[in-house]
Amino acid sequence: MAGAGRFEGFDRRWLFLVVWILVMVPLVRPLMLPLVVTPPAQAYHDAIEAIPDGSNVLLSADYDPGALPELVPMTKTTLRRLFSKRCKVVVTCLWNGGPGVVDQAVRSVAEGEFHLTDGEDFAHLGYKAGNESVMVLMGQGFANAFPNDYRGRPTAAMPIMQRVRDYGSIAMLVSISAGYPGTKEWVQQVQARFHVRMVSGCTAVSAPEYYPYLRSGQLLGLLGGMAGAAEYERVTGLTGPATRGMDAQSLAHVFVAVCIIAGNVLQWTRRRAAAGGARGQP
Amino acid sequence: MRRGVAAAGPHGLCAARVAPEVTLPQGGTGSARNSRPWVVVAALGLCAAPLRAQPASSPPPGPASDLQAVDTPNDAGRSIRIAWKLSPDDLPGAEAIRAYYLERSESPSGPWTVVDSASAGATQKDDASVRRGRDYFYRVVAAGPGGSAASGAVGPAAARAEWFNTTRQSVLAFLVAFFLFVLYFIMSAQAGKQLFVRRIPGIDAIEEAIGRATEMGRPVLYIPGIQDIDDIQTIAGLVILESVARLTARYETPVLVPVTYPIPFAVAEEMVKAGYLHAGRPEQYDPTSVRFVSPEQFAYVAAVTGIMTRDRPAAHIFLGSFYAESLLLAETGFATGAIQVAGTANVHQLPFFVVACDYTLIGEELYAASAYLSREPKLLGSLKGADLMKVAVIAVVLAGCLLESLGRHGLKLWMQTQ
Amino acid sequence: MKREVPLLVTAVIGIFMILSFFVPHQAVSVPADFLLQCAVIVVAFGYVLGGANALRINIDLISKKAPNWQYKVVLLIGLLTMVVVGAVEGRAFQTPGTRFTWLYNQLYVPMQSTMFALLAFFIASAAFRAFRIRTAEAGFLAVAALLVMIGRVPIGNWATGWVQQLPPWLHWVQLPNVEEWIMNVPQNAAKRAILMGAALGVMATGLRVILGIERSYLSGEE
Repeated sequence: MAGAGRFEGFDRRWLFLVVWILVMVPLVRPLMLPLVVTPPAQAYHDAIEAIPDGSNVLLSADYDPGALPELVPMTKTTLRRLFSKRCKVVVTCLWNGGPGVVDQAVRSVAEGEFHLTDGEDFAHLGYKAGNESVMVLMGQGFANAFPNDYRGRPTAAMPIMQRVRDYGSIAMLVSISAGYPGTKEWVQQVQARFHVRMVSGCTAVSAPEYYPYLRSGQLLGLLGGMAGAAEYERVTGLTGPATRGMDAQSLAHVFVAVCIIAGNVLQWTRRRAAAGGARGQP
Repeated sequence: MRRGVAAAGPHGLCAARVAPEVTLPQGGTGSARNSRPWVVVAALGLCAAPLRAQPASSPPPGPASDLQAVDTPNDAGRSIRIAWKLSPDDLPGAEAIRAYYLERSESPSGPWTVVDSASAGATQKDDASVRRGRDYFYRVVAAGPGGSAASGAVGPAAARAEWFNTTRQSVLAFLVAFFLFVLYFIMSAQAGKQLFVRRIPGIDAIEEAIGRATEMGRPVLYIPGIQDIDDIQTIAGLVILESVARLTARYETPVLVPVTYPIPFAVAEEMVKAGYLHAGRPEQYDPTSVRFVSPEQFAYVAAVTGIMTRDRPAAHIFLGSFYAESLLLAETGFATGAIQVAGTANVHQLPFFVVACDYTLIGEELYAASAYLSREPKLLGSLKGADLMKVAVIAVVLAGCLLESLGRHGLKLWMQTQ
Repeated sequence: MKREVPLLVTAVIGIFMILSFFVPHQAVSVPADFLLQCAVIVVAFGYVLGGANALRINIDLISKKAPNWQYKVVLLIGLLTMVVVGAVEGRAFQTPGTRFTWLYNQLYVPMQSTMFALLAFFIASAAFRAFRIRTAEAGFLAVAALLVMIGRVPIGNWATGWVQQLPPWLHWVQLPNVEEWIMNVPQNAAKRAILMGAALGVMATGLRVILGIERSYLSGEE
């Protein structure tokens, strides 16, 4: 094993520098590469468009600031579509570090763009400890599991909570998640039990884990990471931060691919040189 | 309010068409009592547009028919299921119906209260605001731009609690089979039958890693995942910690266990203590070896990578539930030159561990580790029981594929749960 | 007794919670809901235990001037600042404009994002250093990884855009389509197999805990 920061005589900080340049340059000067919408993202869009206008929707934003660049853009785009359809949206968060980021995202769209009223058109119920237990408890009533909203106001008195009581009164569950608890737990604890129509947006790394649920029809659509968010922006006709970030992600992916190939070529040439050297020995 | 008679209901009541200039029914009980009816309707409705009087440009829609109200099956008596046939005017693209409003009363003659609503095209809705055991009557009001029409009333119906959720028969069958397999193998193991367990190199490597840390005079770092005790992977990681602590006690090598959540922290302390006790060296136990760090994922990563670079443990063992931190930890660990053993059932993190660690336990190998290490008959029995269950699952998957291909859906329907 | 009582509690509650999955009647569902609420409360109290341990260990190390004790001071300042500021702000500590929110937005959010962003750098170095093609299987894995990585991003679509000029039956060779097939078919099949195995492992471990077969997690003392 090599010393800190070095391997095979190569200082890995050079790699870090290249990654930094490849990410920064397209953010400053976008390459405007063409984006194609994949079937899971199209299905996510179709599922949201299929719910009747004015329906009740539960959006569980289970992430924290670490996943902000990947998940906030898709949260905002989803909220824009839902509010355009005059849906009443109840937002929850099962990650203790997340409600602050989620609150800003929800308010920037609901109040900043659509001028909606908190408690009537949307509600952010904030964080509740307990992971899956909270999901199960919400089956007995959302106000039961969240007696107060994010800002400490009683939820039972809110007009929106008169119509959004439990899973029976929602037309769709949108799970935007960065890990545990998240989409997998919502599928297992809520979708499987209450047969709620459900879509998911998640970090790119966790997307493969949810493909089985997509194939089984338990998830009607899936947005994987920033690429999924950008595809959703494209299909809804909006250009947001995810679309702008895709060029940077493209170059970073290509660089990782180059690293894999370069690492192998380097090893192969060394092995050949070593074998040649060994043959040359008397 | 003016109502016109449309059809006779099952109790001699009448379905009604409401003229366009009128609003929906009078208030009844509960929360709707003090509200103006259309406010209640708007508050409950799926339509954003409140159902107020519309200019008389189109006639009122026809009512929904064949109303049925029954106790919702397989629940705790919390709801009544109302089903109906669509209004004849509820046609795709016609937009003659905006929504169906569900009205409830405790008497067949009313007064009626709007309790819920369903979008156009819906033929069923559960009323989840009932009291268990109380009789209710229902009617459905079809509402559109031209006005609204009430169906005949139906009832009485009462919500009752069930003692068994029949849709979960398949789960129960699998659970019972699993229990029986495990009990059988436990009994045969206790009767002296030798149970074969294949070699798991990742678990064998743990001792090698600890031995190497001992040779180098440096500590062992053990991470039981980053989840709370309600994740079974954390329990698996903590159970293996006891065996690891036993080895470190025997080799007189310090072990460092930073933990994310308070309850696993308390358990981890017990495990390390137990390991030292069982190794016959309780006096060597260091109370600062197990540390509560933070449930915050990246705060924890910062703390652990700090330990890796400052204390430079020679062996890193990651066994439990891991997420995005897996590569951050494993790459930092590699850079420090430590030997690394990892194991998780979080499939999406396995590639990172496979790439960056020397040995990796994949999926269920993590759960097999405690049985593999202890060789206790009861634990081995449960391992073999799980293996046999896997064979049963494979058989059911194959049977399901075959039956579905033949157009037989019985097995699939039996496996569906609610 | 010190071990038997917890084992009995675990077994009774575990079996009762399994029962609640099959029995919807209020005689079972209401106590089961109550137990779920209790679990949330017990977890909340656990944080007091954790906080006390963090204080005890770090104050101890600072007072002994252990190596790198300065980092412990930073940790304690961070811990106490957030707790004190949150307590002083009162019930509305999360509303915009409070000092707690300022700390959250200006310190917590960028630090979290920075740590997560490090992954981009670490993935590059791990790819260069460790992704070695030594066998045919590793070769297949590498090819699949490259196709998925490039197919997931716009550059993959751009680089294989010429495929659209070919007859329609050849359009599947465009990278996003290849990537989607890999994710949907081989990836999905392998993932399901591992998930099923892991789920059985979870059941087996759960059963061992409930039946008291796996008891080492309780305590070493008899």
